[in-house]
Amino acid sequence: MNMIVTPSSSATPNGTTRPQVRIVIVGHVDHGKSTLVGRLLHETGSLPDGKLEMLKAVSARRGMPFEWSFLLDALQTERDQGITIDTTQIRFRTNSRDIVLIDAPGHAEFLRNMITGASQADGAVLIIDALEGVRDQTRRHGYLLHLLGVKQVAVVVNKMDRVDFSADRFKEISDEISAHLNGLGVTPTAVIPISARDGDGVAERTDRIRWYKGPTVVEALDQLEPARPLEALALRLPVQAIYKFDDRRIVAGRIESGSLTAGDEIVIMPAGKIAKIKTVESWPATPVEGRQGAGRSVGITLDRELFIERGDIIAHAGTAPRETRRLRARIFWLHDKPLAKGDQLLVRCGPKESRATVVAIEKAVDPGELSSSENKAIGRNHVGEIDISLSNPIATDPYTENPRTGRLVIEVSGRIAGGGLVLSVDAGQRAVPVDIVPVESALRPDERSARYQHNGAVVWLTGLPASGKSTLAKALERRLFTNGGSPILLDGDTLRAGLNSDLGFSATDRSENIRRLAEVATHLARNGHIAIVAAVSPAREDRATARRIADTAFREVHVATPAEVCEERDPKGHYKKARAGALASFTGIGNDYERPEAAELVIDTSKRTVAEAADEIEQMLKTSGVLFDEVVDLAANI
Amino acid sequence: MHLLRTDSGADGRDFRPAVSEQIPVGLTAPSMDHLDQLEAQSIYIFREAFARLKKIALLWSLGKDSNVMIWLARKAFFGKMPFPALHVDTGKKFPEMYRFRDHYGKEWELDLRVEPCPPIDAVDPTLPPAARSAARKTEGLKMALAKYGFDGLIAGIRRDEEATRAKERVFSPRGLEGNWDVRDQPPEFWDHFNASPPQGAHLRIHPILHWTEADIWAYTKRENIPIIPLYLSKDGKRYRSLGDQDITNPVNSTASTIDEILIELEQTKVPERAGRALDHETEDAFERLRVAGYL
Repeated sequence: MNMIVTPSSSATPNGTTRPQVRIVIVGHVDHGKSTLVGRLLHETGSLPDGKLEMLKAVSARRGMPFEWSFLLDALQTERDQGITIDTTQIRFRTNSRDIVLIDAPGHAEFLRNMITGASQADGAVLIIDALEGVRDQTRRHGYLLHLLGVKQVAVVVNKMDRVDFSADRFKEISDEISAHLNGLGVTPTAVIPISARDGDGVAERTDRIRWYKGPTVVEALDQLEPARPLEALALRLPVQAIYKFDDRRIVAGRIESGSLTAGDEIVIMPAGKIAKIKTVESWPATPVEGRQGAGRSVGITLDRELFIERGDIIAHAGTAPRETRRLRARIFWLHDKPLAKGDQLLVRCGPKESRATVVAIEKAVDPGELSSSENKAIGRNHVGEIDISLSNPIATDPYTENPRTGRLVIEVSGRIAGGGLVLSVDAGQRAVPVDIVPVESALRPDERSARYQHNGAVVWLTGLPASGKSTLAKALERRLFTNGGSPILLDGDTLRAGLNSDLGFSATDRSENIRRLAEVATHLARNGHIAIVAAVSPAREDRATARRIADTAFREVHVATPAEVCEERDPKGHYKKARAGALASFTGIGNDYERPEAAELVIDTSKRTVAEAADEIEQMLKTSGVLFDEVVDLAANI
Repeated sequence: MHLLRTDSGADGRDFRPAVSEQIPVGLTAPSMDHLDQLEAQSIYIFREAFARLKKIALLWSLGKDSNVMIWLARKAFFGKMPFPALHVDTGKKFPEMYRFRDHYGKEWELDLRVEPCPPIDAVDPTLPPAARSAARKTEGLKMALAKYGFDGLIAGIRRDEEATRAKERVFSPRGLEGNWDVRDQPPEFWDHFNASPPQGAHLRIHPILHWTEADIWAYTKRENIPIIPLYLSKDGKRYRSLGDQDITNPVNSTASTIDEILIELEQTKVPERAGRALDHETEDAFERLRVAGYL
């Protein structure tokens, strides 16, 4: 026996590390998976003292013969049902590998758990009963392994004792499964005759299988290759969060592939903004010098202030992922309700999430049958290929180019309902901005502040149509200008005539409209101007986006004129048209305006004059540090 | 090694690490060892929990595992843990544990919330004695949950500890009663977690689920994380796992340093929780506790 076993991991006192390979054991229920695992553990002495004796005693107490599978079925419930419920991770060592073994159940009900387990596997052992041969579930599991990208599959033909260790029967099964796997593009690394119950072929080539010349199960496991190095691929750092716990603005995430270091030129997708990495932050010692590679959870700071949000992907310019609103994926489905064309979903690609619609179902396959079904829906535990349309653009890679970023999960009602691999993306909505180099202004913000007597800001007026936003915005603009400031009015309707003329009034287009307004306004604010935005902006989420973009420069003013007053005013005649049904998607007469919960200021224009309202805004801008009082010490604001 | 000794009183500063970790400089990224990988995975989980849940807390049992968790949280958030550390106190811990809590709660700038457990009479009398005592903690936890309205609790359980815990998810939903439905766990794969507990229910988050006992010690040593001295051998015995005084027993051991503990773990086949009385009362006591919401 060539196996060294410890009950724990490779964290040894001398700190040696060995390649770790994660293995899943799959196959038809009752073909002996748990028995094989129990046998492997026993043969290699990896069981805790007394465990075997205890289980034997339990079996005797219940009047049942001892089974090797009891070792894994330590749960009371499992013994009651006679099947394994869920994956259990077990560790042991072969000559050159640390193996993490995931015992996978074979019962059809628990297929989703098998997928959960198999998804973490670098290799697989597919088990087949020598008496029963290749069954539906054998084929299904083989297909799922292929689907999940597990290429290294060792086949064991178990219960050889029940076919008198017949070399002919072994060859028959070996040929059938090899042909099946080859058809899926998977070449078995070995096909091994064993008796898990008696131990033949597990760690030893016994006399009873002397006709067999290949590796034992242990030897086959020792030959499995660990996953290929992700560091060799292009940089992908999906952003998990932006932290501002102190004066640092840290972009945090885990490097999924490639590597980075301070000074790297990066591009932030999908927006395509460019920046340089200023520092790589850490704790307790910081900053960190040198390159950080795939797998590290890092925090970086950038050389300029950019709007970045959770889900963005940081890459190197030139090797950025593609941005898309449309992709094709090969998925497995785990939800009770079949997935059909037109279904609304939530797609997660790393930390990025987007609402999505199933545009087309190209294939729907029952993995046991391996035939495409006629009905264009993907049933539970079935697989398929689908086209998805995303409401927010995401940056992703085909899984063949990047196994980490090229996969996604699908959520239904807040619960993971399926997963899949990105086959292709509809690229090209935006060229990857390799040649864009933002030019910094020649002026410093404090030079402008000194002249205008104010800092840059975004004053965001939100409220129902005809609530008085534009009137108020114009009054404020005049007031600030008269005082020597530099206000600029950005009216929603005015911008729709030009910059945003390609946008309609769908929820998606409205969001994009707000995003553009916020980006333009923020640019102005960064350059010392006070951008006054007047826009209905009914969606709370969109306004939250605007606040994130403008960050500390954002001042939200809710123009909270009562709805009936707005409708009575109706200077543009919109309410009248909407009541007549001639204006679809009009905010105001429905309940689709989401009131701000924490605006810097709330103003009801039905209760005060325009001048009074402008006074209030001016006061708010003073108290919140945008406008300087006459006596202000300028240096203190620099 | 970095210890809070009983004889050092409230001041454990004598035992602080003398030198900070050297950070390697080079053109290619230094390869990650096993502990680096575990650490990065745990940090990822912490950041996901913080990003996706509204109100979370870390359950601090004062033991080696939850101390490693706090260390990881400080790494994840660059020094200070941005959510409370919740100690559900049975009132029956070892004095060394309370000293440790009071000292490091301050030094680590934790937002420490100590919550009591109900009297033993309020707990299911059909449970065996030790399990009943442990179930008090579950009740205390439920009370703390109701008080603060946390939607996520970070707990330091590990898959290798006990067969029942091997079935756990990283993000594990609990029912409205705090119960765990082992047969209906949502799928969890590719580091995508189910983070939407139903209204009024909460999630347990397990950032060190994939660690082993030996990993915990190797990391504690590498990072110089303080420990309670009860873990080290005294008069031929040490605690491998720390719980309430009356239901936790030391194991025979001569390991008086972390290195010696690691060597001992390489050789021993005695399970970690052997000293925990409640694991041995009946075959299913532990699972019954867990289904009811125990850690």
